[in-house]
Amino acid sequence: MKRYFRFALIGCAAVALGFVACSKSAPQRVSVKNENTRHQAPDFELRDSSGKVVRLSDYRGKVVLLDFWATWCGPCNIEIPWFEEFQRTYKSRGFEVLGVSMDDDGWKAITPFAAEKKINYRVVLGNDKTGDQYGGIEALPTTFMIDRDGRIAKTFIGLSDKKEFQDAIESLLEAPERSARLLPVRPNGS
Amino acid sequence: MAPSLSVAPVPMVKAAKGSVTVVALRASLPAGYHANSNKPTESYLIPLTVKWNAGPLDVESVDYPKGKLEKYSFSDKPLSVVTGEFAITTKFRVKQGASSGPAQETGTLRYQACDNHACYPPKNVPVNFTVEVQ
Repeated sequence: MKRYFRFALIGCAAVALGFVACSKSAPQRVSVKNENTRHQAPDFELRDSSGKVVRLSDYRGKVVLLDFWATWCGPCNIEIPWFEEFQRTYKSRGFEVLGVSMDDDGWKAITPFAAEKKINYRVVLGNDKTGDQYGGIEALPTTFMIDRDGRIAKTFIGLSDKKEFQDAIESLLEAPERSARLLPVRPNGS
Repeated sequence: MAPSLSVAPVPMVKAAKGSVTVVALRASLPAGYHANSNKPTESYLIPLTVKWNAGPLDVESVDYPKGKLEKYSFSDKPLSVVTGEFAITTKFRVKQGASSGPAQETGTLRYQACDNHACYPPKNVPVNFTVEVQ
């Protein structure tokens, strides 16, 4: 009887350990690149509609959906309402959408378009230099999913699947920031 | 890969002062791509246009190919587009005060192309031909 009890105890301990291990490292969905293969997203300084300088590095610690788009781009128009929805749904969990418009006509084209579409996330005006930093943005939309450590976890080129975006966002939101994971555990919270 | 629209060279044109001459630009887009027609169905789309610079000829009118209504995965409504080979014709009148002899007429063809999933930045293609004013 004692032996059965011991086996049961060992079994429970193994299950409990497994549970703790699983809950400590977030499940890695296949929708994003493995952490070891991600590259740092190039930083940039671009201006939003109010003239304020926006840097990608300002978003460190957040999951960022970086969308290169243009007002004249039909496929971009399909994705914009999805991104508005993602901004509403995931913002409180540390997520932001950042739109980089590649419109040659600048704010003259973007401002009325953004108002009509009720875009609820920040938009900055991009340029060729920024596009080149990201490997040369030829096709629009091109969207980068950036993890909390500022690394590119997935790239979407052209009109993509809403569910794939959602899976990538969920996956990245579940993973803690690497710097946070590397912090030493201090005894007694001191 | 961004598609390149190609325009065939325009043969030399001979025209008398004050006369009308019609010039066709023969353009072609690679298979699988489309460009918006001159009259896109959505206001945010960039139309196909040709603009001619000042020269020995005055532009009387430009005729664009009639757009084909095609449905794409990224649009709820069919879009007015051009695909494959198409021609844009311009009706010119030779200026009365033009100098006799050869001259260059130059302009720009502007288009914005997409495939079924993505769009590519608008491009300007220089166009030109030689006119022999008689």
